[in-house]
Amino acid sequence: MAIDINLPDEKGHFGEFGGRYVSETLIPALTELQNAYEEAKKDPNFQKEIDYYLKNYVGRPTPLYFAECMTKELGGAKIYLKREDVCHTGAHKINNTVGQALLAERMNKNRIIAETGAGQHGVATATVSALFKKDCTVYMGEEDTRRQAINVIRMELLGTKVFPVTSGTKTLKDAMNEAMRDWVTNVRDTFYIIGSVAGPHPYPMMVRDFQSVIGREAKRQILEIEGRLPDLLVACVGGGSNAMGLFYPFVENEEVKKLGVEAAGLGIDTEHHSATISVGSVGVLHGSKTYLLQDENGQIKGAHSIAAGLDYPGVGPEHSYFNDMGAVDYTAVTDKEALEGFKFLSKTEGILPALETSHAIAQVIKTAPGMSKDEIIIICLSGRGDKDIHTVTDVE
Amino acid sequence: MNRIEEKFSVVGDGGRSALICYLTAGDPSIELTRDIVLELEKNGADIIELGIPFSDPMADGPTIQLASERALANGTTIHDVIKLSKELREHSEIPIILFGYYNPFFAYGLEKFAKDAKEAGVDGILVVDLPPEESEEFKKHLDKNELNLIFLLAPTSTEKRIDLVSDNAGGFIYLVSVTGVTGSRPGMEYSLSSLTKDIKVKSGIPVGIGFGVSTPEQAKDISQYADAVIVGSALVRIIEKNGKERDALLKEIGQFTHSLSGSCFKN
Ligand SMILES: Cc1ncc(COP(=O)(O)O)c(C=O)c1O
Repeated sequence: MAIDINLPDEKGHFGEFGGRYVSETLIPALTELQNAYEEAKKDPNFQKEIDYYLKNYVGRPTPLYFAECMTKELGGAKIYLKREDVCHTGAHKINNTVGQALLAERMNKNRIIAETGAGQHGVATATVSALFKKDCTVYMGEEDTRRQAINVIRMELLGTKVFPVTSGTKTLKDAMNEAMRDWVTNVRDTFYIIGSVAGPHPYPMMVRDFQSVIGREAKRQILEIEGRLPDLLVACVGGGSNAMGLFYPFVENEEVKKLGVEAAGLGIDTEHHSATISVGSVGVLHGSKTYLLQDENGQIKGAHSIAAGLDYPGVGPEHSYFNDMGAVDYTAVTDKEALEGFKFLSKTEGILPALETSHAIAQVIKTAPGMSKDEIIIICLSGRGDKDIHTVTDVE
Repeated sequence: MNRIEEKFSVVGDGGRSALICYLTAGDPSIELTRDIVLELEKNGADIIELGIPFSDPMADGPTIQLASERALANGTTIHDVIKLSKELREHSEIPIILFGYYNPFFAYGLEKFAKDAKEAGVDGILVVDLPPEESEEFKKHLDKNELNLIFLLAPTSTEKRIDLVSDNAGGFIYLVSVTGVTGSRPGMEYSLSSLTKDIKVKSGIPVGIGFGVSTPEQAKDISQYADAVIVGSALVRIIEKNGKERDALLKEIGQFTHSLSGSCFKN
């Protein structure tokens, strides 16, 4: 069956996935958001505003950089890096927060909340909140406030209140629970900026649309440089927003293979990983039906990854759909491999990648040598690694 | 008439509102949950909601979150809650509603769950994160087994939502008293009497009010316009405080329930 790019349907479904599994209190807010977004999409001024901030504030378009040294070192396919790490605040996350903050402006919501894992989405949200003069609270698992301490400081300097979440596993999923609780309580004046292609409809669609700028640019750039489309796209998958942003504009180009890289943590045959699609099963969490890590009684399992931004037991519902339709392949690499990827890119190209991104690098280290020299890979270099230097040096 | 409808009819004829008591099953243990339920019934509880613990209770405040964690730490599963319902049926005809988040039901298998719950003597199901739009499949199986699927409405609900929920609801409608999570609060935001009346007219079934109800005064207030008073966190806090001190726990929770049920009267 062919992939349907006009999804989700009216109710937010991507095939059997997605939807809107939330308590009744939030339904009117989600409907309001959906309507506001549909209207904004039709308004050329809205897109113009987004383009203005993406260009002048975020620094887009980001380069599509030919990683010549990495290519030579691996001796296979030509490797290009889509440099989301050079975006303002250091990751792709801001493409989405600019869009949602401008939507919050249109909806006259003056309070912003967000969840964050690695802190990159938190920083990106804190940044646009400062820019647009919004009161901002970010929920972050206590465990993550420790591993990503630099980002906590950044958020606080930007005027955001960081709320350490101590329930459950004290990581991203619990931060999302807490943000949902805040939203239920303050729904009338609060805009919830979700940081990935996850959550209830319309978030997976909306975040996909805002992040698709990555793939649209990459497509134009590779056609300019190489005069043809790439053979393979590779991106890491936590909730899946940077991967979706790169893949989506290529979905109809079936000849372009797409590979999503999940976190295998200590190994997918252990209890300590975040390889949701690779080894999970279908269930409902955080408002949508999707692949999850869960036990036989439907309890959500704690995820693990050395990369806080991948440490999540769910995945965006459209990825689940792409997986089942065979439109995208998903695989997983371990903490150890990711660390090697981190070091490899640092030494060969002089670029410190985020540990999340390092999963995509590690996968390409395995894949590229087996491809021919005239084949082309584009990696989404989703973020820079400054936030991770403590984690990396602690492991040494 | 099923047990829920019957109960509402009896209670209404007596000039009362129904007292619905929520407990997280398995907190502090499955055995004690059984004892507590029977104690609540003795002290005037009309309907019991047994919470199925979930790892990610997004709609709950700290009190029920912790209860859920304790119940999961005891190893409580949805299977145990069904078994507990069956056991309660041997002692009591009190209506039982299983209350939870969708994923455990989904993982159990919707069709099998409906059959097993019916067999155990359960009367209704309430799924916090399953609005009517997503409930078609589950409702089909519950209908087949004559189990009520109970829906929530909230102060934020629009006319359209009220209509949709009214068209789908079974048993009664659970009106969430505040925009927020579960947990007791000192006072209600505002009177819900006109919203309640509106819903009653549209749905033609009873309306219960819950979230943040913790005192006999609030129970009395709500009883003036609603058909049921739903109390959860206030009971769970008594359980939390007493832990496995069985006698003290039963005494305190019994007395508290007695004071609540004594207030569920229309003037
Ligand atoms: C640099 C970077 N890449 C990737 C991710 C994972 O998110 P997603 O899968 O939504 O792109 C994060 C999340 O924090 C991140 O900071």
